[in-house]
Amino acid sequence: MSIQAAPSQRKETKVFGKRVPRLEDLPLVKGLGRFVADLSFPHQLYMRVVRSPIAHGTITRIDADEARKAPGVVAIWTHADIAAYPLIDFRDPSAEALMPYRQPLLAKDRVRYVGEPIAVVFAESAYLAEDAADLVFAEIDELPPHMDAQADCASFAPGISTEPIVLKQGFGDLPGAFASAHCVVELELSIGRHSGVPMECRGAIGRYDAAQDVLELWGAAKVPLRNRETMARYFQRSSASVQLYELHVGGGFGVRGELYPEDFLVCAASMTLGRPIKWIEDRREHLMATNQSREQYHRVRAAVDQNGRILALSDVFFHDQGAYVRTHGARVADLTIGMLPGPYHVPVYQGIGHFRLTNKTPAATYRSPGRYEGSFVRERLVDAIAAKLGLDRIEVRRRNLIPSADMPYTRQLGALGTEVVLDSGDYAGLLQTSIDRFGWDELQKTIRVRRAQGEFVGAGIAMFLEKSGMGPSDSVTVSVDPMGFVEVVTGGASVGQGFETAMAQICAETLGVDYRRIRVVHGQTDRIRFGIGAHASRATVMTGNAVHAAATNVRDLALKHASVLLQAPAELLDIVDGIVVRKGSPSGPTISLGQLSRQLSPGPEAIARGTNGLSCEGWFYADHMTYPYGVHLALVRVDGETGQVFVERYMVASDVGRAVNPMIVEGQVVGGVAQGLGGALYEQFRYSDTGQPLSLNFAEYLIPTAHEVPDVEVIVAEDAPSPLNPLGIKGAGEGGCTGVGAAIASAVDDAIGIPGAITSLPITPAKLKALLKNRRDNSNGDST
Amino acid sequence: MDSRDIVVTVNGIRHEATVKTRVTLADFLRHQLELTGTHLGCEHGVCGACTVLVDGRTARSCLMLAVQAHGHEIRTVEGIAPNAKELHPLQTAFQKHHGLQCGFCTPGMLTTLIEFLHDNPDPTEAEVRIAISGNLCRCTGYQGIVDAALDAAKTMRNST
Repeated sequence: MSIQAAPSQRKETKVFGKRVPRLEDLPLVKGLGRFVADLSFPHQLYMRVVRSPIAHGTITRIDADEARKAPGVVAIWTHADIAAYPLIDFRDPSAEALMPYRQPLLAKDRVRYVGEPIAVVFAESAYLAEDAADLVFAEIDELPPHMDAQADCASFAPGISTEPIVLKQGFGDLPGAFASAHCVVELELSIGRHSGVPMECRGAIGRYDAAQDVLELWGAAKVPLRNRETMARYFQRSSASVQLYELHVGGGFGVRGELYPEDFLVCAASMTLGRPIKWIEDRREHLMATNQSREQYHRVRAAVDQNGRILALSDVFFHDQGAYVRTHGARVADLTIGMLPGPYHVPVYQGIGHFRLTNKTPAATYRSPGRYEGSFVRERLVDAIAAKLGLDRIEVRRRNLIPSADMPYTRQLGALGTEVVLDSGDYAGLLQTSIDRFGWDELQKTIRVRRAQGEFVGAGIAMFLEKSGMGPSDSVTVSVDPMGFVEVVTGGASVGQGFETAMAQICAETLGVDYRRIRVVHGQTDRIRFGIGAHASRATVMTGNAVHAAATNVRDLALKHASVLLQAPAELLDIVDGIVVRKGSPSGPTISLGQLSRQLSPGPEAIARGTNGLSCEGWFYADHMTYPYGVHLALVRVDGETGQVFVERYMVASDVGRAVNPMIVEGQVVGGVAQGLGGALYEQFRYSDTGQPLSLNFAEYLIPTAHEVPDVEVIVAEDAPSPLNPLGIKGAGEGGCTGVGAAIASAVDDAIGIPGAITSLPITPAKLKALLKNRRDNSNGDST
Repeated sequence: MDSRDIVVTVNGIRHEATVKTRVTLADFLRHQLELTGTHLGCEHGVCGACTVLVDGRTARSCLMLAVQAHGHEIRTVEGIAPNAKELHPLQTAFQKHHGLQCGFCTPGMLTTLIEFLHDNPDPTEAEVRIAISGNLCRCTGYQGIVDAALDAAKTMRNST
């Protein structure tokens, strides 16, 4: 279900802001998409990774003799074969202290998690590669695994601890604020280890074009241009001789498109073996090899006054990074600290993050990194403040929200290397809108009636603050061909979110053409020099505004030239469906953009003019991120017998500044809720004490199905367009996910009538059964 | 390694092929016939992305061997549209209702729903949700898929 926010007064648009069908859909519904597993090159070899079955140990010997004799095997590599290759680098400059913790392509003499690559087999078919991989035998002397990020640190390597860094940010007089507080509320909270788990597993094809001396990586995603830089640096090649190609991507969610050992291995092998190398991950591998996320343990304290106003907030947490520090460095822990205060005014704050390694699959970003965790912590705390002071949960939120009059609001914190300055927002307004739409007050009556009939039913709330539009810059080239078709070349990326459609809508609106005549290029490093990609809800903000800039330049160029030909001042001209017309005179002389393109084609005049063809570049820069925000509301029922949680209603109100396509925004929000529910109730990477992963298939790692995800009610709000970009856009990709853990916890507390009962995610039936048993035992105790 | 000769009809075209006995139906369709619309999301029969129709009934092509398809009629996502120009009502409805984002689960959703709507032309929302509960989608939160199925059912009822 969707609810359109009331349109505010603004210029009428043709396609921007409209629910137009997606350009991406047609090949995908016909089964004609091209995902990386669907692509093959002549003469290719298949790679199979041999992975460590031991969480922590010393490799004494790897015996691949028998495997080498297996049918179809062309080569087998262990670390000794590629010893010259360095550790995998960070994408952005990171703290020096993290450097020793980076992952090698293949384990050298120590394995650190189950699933770590220790050898690779290259064979003539995927089946034969897998056969041979089973014959590779690694002799590993087991070491005690370190599985608890809260326990005393262990040794990662001689002289190096499992805690490379302690992150710290804050402001104000913490001891003073706590000393003068009316009361202090303190909680211990944790978030389970879960991750993006896209439906398409990872895959990569490395291909070395010896004729051109170009190294190609097919199956790139998320940040192809940034990954090109990393790849070029890694292989010590010029950027122009490394090309990455994005195909269809079956979901990204933060994990897909980071560079992993396999991406480098297929490239290295393609150069050494002189044949294209194809690697397609299977699901079991995915669940032990692809980035995990979220697992943190928080000890949070708030100093509050008698009215429930927060005077100070202090959080100390332990971040379970897993076995290595991958391409993101310490980004998730950094974001947790920088975004933890959320939409509330917090006069004094300190966040301390212990970034710790364990013998689990390495962790990195997953949709709403640091904010899913931080929102759970902060919103649990606000509920606890309300409970402690006997105040209403919503009223406590209202009293602490940053007023819109205080925008822009400087948080005195950093996130992703930028200063957190909240750009715009009417937090209290959206809170009121959403509780009214949800019918919160009337709902309380229904809940009371149902409880009287013995049901465990309750409502929950969480507010969220997101960040989006990470800079610094994006460029786009918009070109019109002689037939009037438009090409938009971006440095962006599509992970299935509707990028092409959104970019086409922005271009179509700006230029005055039909969005279906626009082709949007993304993820092709040989088409554009600069770009970043699709992460941190940046694509529509950054690339979208670059599209707007480039399309504006093309429009200006077209009108300038047309004004000579049509003998009318440019300001009296308009472009309608690709035709330049005189405003208000439909029968007058016209010229099409295609004709203009032909006239502007390269030649002495064009060169003198400084433009070739009807084609312009456009740039967008941003020093600061823009901050979407919103509210999550849930109604849940807990089955007293089984401990199962049923989500009966769920609402998200999300302010995205301006929605380019409300249908796509709603899709992002609802999909985000589904993933958030997974982390709140079902999904967890569990490990045995010996470090064996216990969630290696979809019967053990539970993704929400159509049964578990309710019909989410979405309010796409546009109350607070961002002042930081001409289109007013804020990112929409993560807000649907961010608040779910917090809102569900709040609702479950309410349903079972024990404020503060939920202290950890996921809320499993076993946890709830134990809580309900305690509740029964206690009430029995009281009555006897 | 054992190979067998099989005869199988896929999307109305008869294929005579020699297949290794251990090759799954999914791999046969994807790599031997180059029908890559059938996707592999888990290879253990849970996610439903590889669902195809075998003699009109859904089957997980990752859990079935190509040799088991001998003598049977297979329909994949590439063969569900009535012809090259038109779409199946479900394909149209998926676009209209934003029933897909990345599109990876879509082929399995479509084949699953074709069987379901054949058996139950006038389903309730709850019945649709049960029907697709064996197909995982990580992008949409399912609502667009459910809406598309209900809309397509209506279209299909009206056209018969």
